[in-house]
Amino acid sequence: MIKTENLTFKYHSEQTEDILKDINIGVADGEFVAVLGHNGSGKSTLAKHFNAILLPKGGSVAVGGIDTRDEHRLYDIRRMVGMVFQNPDNQIVATIVEEDVAFAPENLGVPSPEIRRLVDWALETVGMSDYKRHAPHLLSGGQKQRIAIAGVLAMKPKCIVLDEPTAMLDPIGRREVVATLKRLNKEEGITIVLITHNMDEATVADRVIVMNDGGVVMDAPPRQVFSDVERIKSYGLDVPQVTELMYALRREGIDVPADVLTVEEAMEALSEVSH
Amino acid sequence: MLKDITLGQYFPGNSPLHRLDAMVKIVLTFVFLSAVFTAKTALAYAAVAAFTVVIIMISGVPFKFVVKGLKPLVAFIAFTAVLNLLMTSGTVIWQWGFLRLTYEGAAYAVQMLARIVLLVLGTSLLTYTTSPIALTDGIERLLKPFGKMGLPTHELAMMMSIALRFVPTLLEETDKIMKAQMARGADFQSGNLLKRAKALIPLLVPLFISAIRRAEELATAMDCRCYRGGNHRTRLSEAKVTAADYAAGCVFAGLMTLVIFANKVG
Repeated sequence: MIKTENLTFKYHSEQTEDILKDINIGVADGEFVAVLGHNGSGKSTLAKHFNAILLPKGGSVAVGGIDTRDEHRLYDIRRMVGMVFQNPDNQIVATIVEEDVAFAPENLGVPSPEIRRLVDWALETVGMSDYKRHAPHLLSGGQKQRIAIAGVLAMKPKCIVLDEPTAMLDPIGRREVVATLKRLNKEEGITIVLITHNMDEATVADRVIVMNDGGVVMDAPPRQVFSDVERIKSYGLDVPQVTELMYALRREGIDVPADVLTVEEAMEALSEVSH
Repeated sequence: MLKDITLGQYFPGNSPLHRLDAMVKIVLTFVFLSAVFTAKTALAYAAVAAFTVVIIMISGVPFKFVVKGLKPLVAFIAFTAVLNLLMTSGTVIWQWGFLRLTYEGAAYAVQMLARIVLLVLGTSLLTYTTSPIALTDGIERLLKPFGKMGLPTHELAMMMSIALRFVPTLLEETDKIMKAQMARGADFQSGNLLKRAKALIPLLVPLFISAIRRAEELATAMDCRCYRGGNHRTRLSEAKVTAADYAAGCVFAGLMTLVIFANKVG
């Protein structure tokens, strides 16, 4: 789906240090990938390369086999890889939910009856059909972000890249958005790239890419990434709370597994120890 | 406190008024405005007022909501009325210094009052019953003939609809910044005009910065959704002028005739 080869990037040519350094990653069709990194690690800059908002200074990025520098295919790329940003207020263009969701297909010149179908389907898929005629500014943060996802979904993308979509949401909003993403991935087969610094969100992914200082430092399934607690901490990141607990217990000499990600797994591991 | 401003807000609904074509509604609003300005006699005003009440009822927008739109204008309306009341020459009823109350003044003040109230009620009904997108779409279509002369009609309409979209967002933000500044001892209420204007600077600077940041993010988000100007753009609901629109046109033409007739009679 997405492939980068020796990707480097900086904003100005006078900048001495590259923001992205020699990045080689691939995202397969239908995969759910989380990209982790502390502020300034380059993860948002990387995301903007996935739909040609930024173009590489060195190396290349290919999306569905198309080089992002190919200007003639720009809208094919943007249509294939939708992007959702942190602040839902700043990506909603219309004052009525369904008119906002229709924005992308309208831009693409889709005929009206087809737009209607796409909008209805997108709202249904994110579970916001009941709010079709509502004004977006009266919705909750989680609902607004789901509208933003529907707005991208209406392009029928193969992949959705989300740049910290839950950073401004309360825990309920977070859960809504993550559940929506999981469903899109499992049921619609849409490739998801979730940029986040929330560790619990990263655990739902098939694979976690950890970025530090403009480079990729880890690229493995979440269980493997989070079991290396010390390394994760050295990148200024945390591990999920239960993983942290297991880590602390192990240091006290209690024999529990290191690669625990969920509360249920932790309960099981602890009950085994107490037996 | 800032959330009280309702002028320019859409009230979702499905009344016959909501369903009218936006372009037609804009034209009809101008017809209505002309009717208000044409009215000279009490009978003519009564006709326009009755008409306004009827269309508000048809629109399904609660009266309370419509009247709330007048609230920010109360001071202005009162000022105009008082000015007309005391400054018009004619048959004097009561005089104190240069202030005099005349029959003509009283009549004129009432007329002014009626005129402003009807203007605001009528025009705000346009924005209550037309979603901003439909409204800008209507403006875009009205201006289309000028597009050939090089007027960027799509861009203008887009700018307007985005401005309208961000009104509540920026109002909310203003409220938030004001509260934050007040929590740190800022005083927006007291002092003379100059002092109060100065107090607004710490409010406006963060507001502007945030608006610019929002604009940039919005532009990127629009890029991501394949926005490329008005060319090849289609619409979710293609606007069509229907029989209902023609009927509404006839009704408004009727109002205009009625007003002219009432001017002659009364």
